[in-house]
Amino acid sequence: MTVASPADFEPQGLQPQGWLKYFSFSLDHKVIGLQYLVTGFIFYFIGGALAGVIRMELTSPISDFVSRETYNEVLTLHGTVMIFLWIVPVVNGAFGNYLIPFYVGARDMAFPRLNAVAFWLIPPAGILLIASYFIAGGAAQSGWTAYPPLSLTTPAIGQVIWILSVLLLGGSSIFGGINFIATILKLRRPGLKLMQLPMYCWAMLGTSILVVLSTPVLAGTLILLSFDIIAHTGFFNPALGGNVVVYQHLFWFYSHPAVYIMVLPAFGLVSEILPVHARKPLFGYTTMVYSIMAIVVLGLIVWAHHMFTSGTPPWMRLFFTIATSFIAVPTGIKFFNWLATLWGGKLALNSAMLFSCGFIINFVFGGITGVALAQVPFDIHVHDTYFVVGHFHYIVYGGTVFVIFASVYHWYPKFTGRLLNEDLGRLHFVLTFIGFNLCFTPQHWLGLNGMPRRVAEYDPSFTTLNQISSVGALLMAISTLPFLINVIWSAFAGQIAGDNPWNALTPEWLTASPPPVENWKGEAPLVTHPYDYGVPEGKIDLRVASGSDLWFGGKR
Amino acid sequence: MAIPSALVTLLLGMGLVLAGLWVGQNVQLLPLDASSNAPVYDSLFQVLFSIGTILFLGIVGLVVFSLVRFRRRPGDLADGAAIEGNLPLEIVWTAIPAIVVLFVGIYSYDIYERMGGMVALNDHSAMHHPAAVQQASNGSAGMADASPGGSGEPRVWAGIGSSDSSEGSLPVEVTAMQFAFIFHYPDGDITSGELHVPVNRPVELRMKANDVIHAFWVPQFRLKQDVIPGQPTVLSFTATRAGSYPIVCAELCGPYHGGMRSTVVVHEEEAFNQWFETNAPAKPKPATLASAGLTPTA
Repeated sequence: MTVASPADFEPQGLQPQGWLKYFSFSLDHKVIGLQYLVTGFIFYFIGGALAGVIRMELTSPISDFVSRETYNEVLTLHGTVMIFLWIVPVVNGAFGNYLIPFYVGARDMAFPRLNAVAFWLIPPAGILLIASYFIAGGAAQSGWTAYPPLSLTTPAIGQVIWILSVLLLGGSSIFGGINFIATILKLRRPGLKLMQLPMYCWAMLGTSILVVLSTPVLAGTLILLSFDIIAHTGFFNPALGGNVVVYQHLFWFYSHPAVYIMVLPAFGLVSEILPVHARKPLFGYTTMVYSIMAIVVLGLIVWAHHMFTSGTPPWMRLFFTIATSFIAVPTGIKFFNWLATLWGGKLALNSAMLFSCGFIINFVFGGITGVALAQVPFDIHVHDTYFVVGHFHYIVYGGTVFVIFASVYHWYPKFTGRLLNEDLGRLHFVLTFIGFNLCFTPQHWLGLNGMPRRVAEYDPSFTTLNQISSVGALLMAISTLPFLINVIWSAFAGQIAGDNPWNALTPEWLTASPPPVENWKGEAPLVTHPYDYGVPEGKIDLRVASGSDLWFGGKR
Repeated sequence: MAIPSALVTLLLGMGLVLAGLWVGQNVQLLPLDASSNAPVYDSLFQVLFSIGTILFLGIVGLVVFSLVRFRRRPGDLADGAAIEGNLPLEIVWTAIPAIVVLFVGIYSYDIYERMGGMVALNDHSAMHHPAAVQQASNGSAGMADASPGGSGEPRVWAGIGSSDSSEGSLPVEVTAMQFAFIFHYPDGDITSGELHVPVNRPVELRMKANDVIHAFWVPQFRLKQDVIPGQPTVLSFTATRAGSYPIVCAELCGPYHGGMRSTVVVHEEEAFNQWFETNAPAKPKPATLASAGLTPTA
């Protein structure tokens, strides 16, 4: 392995310059990061439009907006787009590529070409998936879980294209994961120890371990499923002696860790954002690191909690209940550490901070319903209902997507050299927070009282709450307008940010904004205390200090 | 004189716990309970709801308090206190969730056992349902696929509530297909699109799926069981409240999944017998009894 030297980049003959480089096979990790980010947002708007179709259909208890087949295609595409083309590429690919080389003090990722390949697998996979909607037979109709035998009986072409697309995206994810592991472990600047890395590195290391261990299982499973569809083999076809529960085990062996692949990077990003805007060190660095690793280990052994109603044996139900519940312990540690980071700080109430705090509130709610769902008897009643839909949107939207927005507000000055408008940002936060909670809170009640998920028609007694939920979804759609206006307008006319507008200490801020091609002019800075904010104890201003400041202040 | 902060914290904590307990006791989010395991389920829900409310209100309170109390005043450019950790505090907030989670896990295990979920599956020595096994092997084509070969005795997958069944239970065969549930009463040779059951008598559903995975869900019974092709499944329950409740398919099974609904009618004992008499053919066919001894054909 070699670290790219400046000479590799100087003869720019083949690489386009200027804005064109964002459409090229660029090897610059920052360009690739932004390629991921913008592509992710494009798919976010497509997935959001699909969600709009779902919420529109559900404003009335009868199936009247789109045909039932189309509805199932829409819910399948919505799930697949949002998971594989929006959240996973953005929290891993976009921010990972942009930030990790800075954090380890490297000039690029370990394998720049693999990195570019990983990104360029995404647009064709996405276009393939969306295009399958327009072919005869339409897109896949069996949900993002593609459970056989349903996925064997729905129109085959759409299902096969879905498999192909997910395989490409899984490949992209594995390439990215390998690259992150190699970069974090091997490209660290001399003198930089593992326990001095910013927390996002640890989050990405944990996430990448999960990606590399579990994604190949999904790939293998989907290849077997495609054999069942194309070649009429019988791996998962009960009519040919196959077993559908085996598919569920294999599928969830990836797809539960996938939840951590979506939230662990978000945990890392929040750990970067909060100390800067609270002007305090990250509380409990060491326990944060161990919590991430505990979540990685536990995350691999909880998958069967998705199958409590599938006739799993009792010992398995018991084991997976306990294992799942225990994930609450390391996760809880991280949340208490963030609360302690806020406590006694000087909180700047800007958009990045507001979205981060929104994340804490939403994720705690989703975590509490998650611990409840881990209990087999509780799960038996609400499994496959709108309660679950509410729960996982609190995790992936209320959790991860809120963090993505917080991160955009936080790093936009680094990406562009200009600040985003704070008034529009706060408006964006308020609309998103209200819309999100209005949309997904009622769904918990709907699930408890008898509304299953993935339905185009439902009991008329649920109409009012579904309409409230749809209003919330509309509000969420509207909330993206101030964001879009802000991002586009600020790119040209935003306030000039300077190199380090937040006065932050992590290495990406110790260079120009936007950074030069190889990140730093001269040697990379050695940052051994990335969260070294705050006034040491002796300097606390006694006139403004609270009792708790003094109480905790002596522990430095 | 200012109130000591320890006292304020204690009072806030007590208030929070009381509020959580009150919410758990008084906020009713669940539908009517109409089976013997529903009240058991509801008591678990109450515990989870109380704990969840305490945690959620506590954390939201902390976040909002921090945002207000510690917000940066205009003109203040100073940093906060440089606190990097506090080992005793971290031990406390690791231990408390661990204890809570362990308690909830053990409690829900107990609930699960009371609901009858811990009956061993696929363990032939502990098989409580010889009739079900026979029924399964008697079933129509496709059922025999469940047999792993060799033993000749098909596996029967029991769902929750399967220990409810006893000698006096009412057997009902349930066939799930795109997009309906068909109920067949072997005792009276009745076939129905609605499930009719007597109150306070165990009912044993012997379920199979013809095409794709379906799930049998009665929200008022707090019971759900996937019906998987190739896996005969037994689900038992005892209805405790007369009335009509929805049966919902809870697993995506195709375009008309949302319309795959039926009704379970819980009758008083006499009313059920009357329904049974009215709907049963004049005489149970002797062929049905004789065929019980045959080996699986398909």
